[in-house]
Amino acid sequence: MSVFLQQTVNGLSLGSAYAVFAVGFTLLFGVLNVLNLAQGAVFMVGAFTGLELVRLVELPLPLAFLVAMVTAGAVSVLTQVAVFGPLERRGGHRWMGLIASLAVARLLVAIAQEVFGTQVLRYPSEPWMEASWTIAGVQIQGLQLIVLATALLVMAALAVLLRATQTGRAIRTMAFNPNVARLVGVPVQRMTLLTYFIAGALAGAAGVQLGVLYNAVSPFMGETILLKGLTVLILGGLGHVPGAALAGLLLGLTEVYSVGYLSSSFRDAVGFGLVFIILLVRPHGLFGLTTRQRA
Amino acid sequence: MSSPYQRLAALLVVGALGLGPSAAAADTVTIGLAQSITGGSPALYGIEQKNAAELAVDEANAAKLLGDRKIQLVHLDDGADRGQTVNVFQRLIGRDKVVAIIGPTLSTGAFAADPIAQKAGVPVVAASNTASGVTDIGDYIFRVSPPEDRVTPGVLKTVVDRFKVKRVAQIYGIDDQLTKSAYNTQKKALEALGVEIVATETFQRGDVEFAAQLTKIKAAQPDLIVLGSLAEESAGILRQARQLGIPKEVVFVGTQSSISSKFFELAGPAAEGLIAGTAWYIDSPEPKNQEFVKKYEARFGRKPDIYSAYGYDAASLVINAIKEAGSGDRKAVRDNLAKTKNFPGVLGPIGFDAGREPVIDPKILVASGGRFVIFK
Repeated sequence: MSVFLQQTVNGLSLGSAYAVFAVGFTLLFGVLNVLNLAQGAVFMVGAFTGLELVRLVELPLPLAFLVAMVTAGAVSVLTQVAVFGPLERRGGHRWMGLIASLAVARLLVAIAQEVFGTQVLRYPSEPWMEASWTIAGVQIQGLQLIVLATALLVMAALAVLLRATQTGRAIRTMAFNPNVARLVGVPVQRMTLLTYFIAGALAGAAGVQLGVLYNAVSPFMGETILLKGLTVLILGGLGHVPGAALAGLLLGLTEVYSVGYLSSSFRDAVGFGLVFIILLVRPHGLFGLTTRQRA
Repeated sequence: MSSPYQRLAALLVVGALGLGPSAAAADTVTIGLAQSITGGSPALYGIEQKNAAELAVDEANAAKLLGDRKIQLVHLDDGADRGQTVNVFQRLIGRDKVVAIIGPTLSTGAFAADPIAQKAGVPVVAASNTASGVTDIGDYIFRVSPPEDRVTPGVLKTVVDRFKVKRVAQIYGIDDQLTKSAYNTQKKALEALGVEIVATETFQRGDVEFAAQLTKIKAAQPDLIVLGSLAEESAGILRQARQLGIPKEVVFVGTQSSISSKFFELAGPAAEGLIAGTAWYIDSPEPKNQEFVKKYEARFGRKPDIYSAYGYDAASLVINAIKEAGSGDRKAVRDNLAKTKNFPGVLGPIGFDAGREPVIDPKILVASGGRFVIFK
């Protein structure tokens, strides 16, 4: 039993970071109908920004976390202004945006490689990061709780923004139909940039979370999370934001349980197998809705 | 080049070279160096070997090891590419008329190019090929880098005996040639020792989360956990193992690639106690090594790594064989290489066995206080 509980704790802390990343990924897809493969690289930018702020500027981690979110958000906005926006205005095909996002990802990774080298770096260790408790044979780390709490906090803030504010209503109108949004006077361009900012900030947040939790930051860290993001995007129901949050947690749990009760070599096979089965049984994903319901 | 006479002499030398290699062969011996200086991460190993070989040759020339004959080192970049390695070997053998070749950087290159040298009767000494079967290509092919299966069994035997190990867990990277072959070697050695393998877990290149695997391993209650992982992964595994409360009494054994300063930087205090075997480490007390580390650092402005040590000994062994042969005759050099026993290298006393594999004394190290020291 304690092994099961331990795996659950492992899975929840992993899954909550997946959820934060995937929610941003899903938001872009749901609102703007954009599959942005540069999100993984933005995640990496967040992790490195946090790392450098802690290492060089000696900012306390919570503050570095917030600044890293803002920076990752800004980078995300920049990609919209410099790449995706112009492509769309010139009538580029959707596929072109997809390929361009891949190019942006490679570019960001190449810059990070040049600046930070290819080796794995770590967040400086502080005593409070090592805190842990044993409860009924289950080892719970302070960091795991912090990751879980920040994930819930960030996602709750997003839920409030989307559900209870004028801005949120505008964003949801765009998700329903950009033309309708324009007709009812939603400032589409500004809301597009805001959506990119939120998605980038969430990716950056997940970057710092996983960077601190697993003590490893490298230019290539975005590649794995991107695949997880895609999995969650589909599991959660293409563009369904609360669905993505739940599916992120679910994926984290599935991964650790498949290691724990099947075999570690099957971990990714189980994750993607799950996607396949869900697509067969529920083509809209676990929590998928039609366009009308999405608004 | 200050005086006009020297300039004239230089012109004459250039002229003599122009007449063909035979004219210059009287007072120089040429050694070929096929190492990657481009081609991605293999270049990291190639450059170290090239630097070290140049250092060894310059020292031998300064010490007049071959009397009045000068050793000339011709380096060509094999680009970590099979095709290019073949070209490089052909040029070194045909155009530069080398006595022996040091290289190539990668085992895959060796499988493609070594047969050419074997056919031409040119001895090859590899300094970074660790795949099994490289020296089986022929009786002119040697190497100084011991394959994993020459180091691991001794390390595991020592650890199992010392700590009275009964139950062992293994964790390794399943999609990396190096870690996978390390795992196979470890598994064979463990089975030969008769211990029970209670858990086998895997991860993939780039993974940073090992908690699920380690939770499973912890539940199997091993006395020893054997890692088939690179330095970054080893660091992550050790940290997370300690965080999950795997008891201090459980011993960890890692691969040679854990032996790096990066490992301590990433693992922090969790690094303490990891045991690994290796042919060389920077603090090795061998007198030749202390001198080598100092000279290397003075000349290249950075500390040597294990590939520099391999490269230095490969060059030294070739130079020694030429000296013993008393000529640049390829066959005589090969025969003297094959006879080498207990040559004082930076790896310690080194020689070759009948299969032209290195005979060295692997060192068993343990992480202690932020560095690796000899395990006693």
